[in-house]
Amino acid sequence: MTTRYTKDHEYIRIEGDAGIVGITDYAQSQLGDVVFVELPSVGKTVNKGDEAAVVESVKAASEVYAPVSGEVVEVNSDLEASPGTVNEDPTGRGWFLKIRLTNQGELDGLLTEEQYQDFVKSL
Amino acid sequence: MAEPARADEPLLKTPLHAEHVALGARMVPFAGYDMPVQYPTGILTEHNWTRDHAGLFDVSHMGQAFLIAEDKSHETVARALEAMIPADVLNLKPNQQRYSQLLADDGGILDDLMVTRVGAPGHEGWLYLVVNASMKEQDYAHIEARLPAGVTLKRKDDLGLMALQGPSAAAVMAAKAPQAAELAFMMSTDVQIDGIWCHISRSGYTGEDGFEISCHGNDAPGLWRAFLANPEVKPIGLGARDSLRLEAGLCLYGHDIDTTTSPIEAGLIWSIQKRRREEGGFPGAERVQREIKDGASRVRVGLKPEGRAPAREGAVIATPDGREVGIVTSGGFGPTVNGPVAMGYVSKDVSAVGTDLHLIVRGKPIPAKVAAMPFAPHRYKR
Repeated sequence: MTTRYTKDHEYIRIEGDAGIVGITDYAQSQLGDVVFVELPSVGKTVNKGDEAAVVESVKAASEVYAPVSGEVVEVNSDLEASPGTVNEDPTGRGWFLKIRLTNQGELDGLLTEEQYQDFVKSL
Repeated sequence: MAEPARADEPLLKTPLHAEHVALGARMVPFAGYDMPVQYPTGILTEHNWTRDHAGLFDVSHMGQAFLIAEDKSHETVARALEAMIPADVLNLKPNQQRYSQLLADDGGILDDLMVTRVGAPGHEGWLYLVVNASMKEQDYAHIEARLPAGVTLKRKDDLGLMALQGPSAAAVMAAKAPQAAELAFMMSTDVQIDGIWCHISRSGYTGEDGFEISCHGNDAPGLWRAFLANPEVKPIGLGARDSLRLEAGLCLYGHDIDTTTSPIEAGLIWSIQKRRREEGGFPGAERVQREIKDGASRVRVGLKPEGRAPAREGAVIATPDGREVGIVTSGGFGPTVNGPVAMGYVSKDVSAVGTDLHLIVRGKPIPAKVAAMPFAPHRYKR
């Protein structure tokens, strides 16, 4: 299973022709307590870099950008009732949405696990 | 909430800076100071701890100063300050504290502040002021330019200030300074805690019972640790300070009140005592008296959005049929309310509690109702 990262701290875990998108553990720790998540509608088409979701901590609202282009095929509606899951398990139960990729080649422009960890260390 | 630091000036540190760093706080620039926004447990936990136990806040960045009458007369110093603020200072009892605002000539608010008539022996004719960190330079210049001969402003930049807030605050204080634990709301006293001189008032900015404690900066770390040694007390950062004061319906200067808002629009008439309402004699008195008589055209109200999405500062307030009627000045998630809360200014005609409005968040209207404040009940010592 391949996971790729953005410098905006989103991850995408590839499962076949789709990817599970969320925010990294570093991102959730920087945000602090998540109190609200706004998710897109299933069926929405997003381009790489578009705002795909919004995550709100007590202090501020932050955009979650689509790491790749594609169609939103599923969203984690559990986050509506328990947004704190993003803090507890950001790369597991705290996922945001699933995108069916339109261009697998876009993955090549994203960071590998090792590259992302080096990037976080440099911050 | 983090205010941008001026790039050309290094951040200032409070006397408690090293304590925050040692506690693992996340430090952010705020009003020119490097301040703790939260400790490792996070804002929600800190907020709830303060509502359920006692929180300790470093507010040493705020400006502390004395106004001193050379003739040692309370009346002299009181009249000097009354020329700048609408509170009744003259009738303050020794050690009594009041909330007020420095007003501009047009009645706009230059800053809000706390005023105490110093009660310590040998200090007749002294007032103790606490002003906002971000405004202290402007405030001091404004005050000094308007003081009559014989009254001087003495900055006390060498003092620390901390707040102990929450339902356990009185018991925590009783174990350290029984005399302070007996204070009535908005009264103050001078005590020694573990040999440290402290000026303590029963006041705060959370809606909870509690105290604000001023001491010499050098003594502040020792006092901070002495309070934290009590298991009922945890350190609380600026993040929870903001969510606590928002739920308490209290104004944050530069957001909910500023030079464009009057005390009446802001709903602060309670801080203008009867004698001053009638006599005037403060900057902007004409506007304030007119707004008391006729009502202000817009007023600060509480807003309760439906659902879970917070509406934050700057969100436009509209009627359900799309007429823009105001703007949100503070908003976010209220942990005690367990939902979004906000405050803002709206036209008088849509300001009644229960009025249906829309808050425009990311281009989408969120239904909200005008709500009574505070959102979390005040639990002051009365």
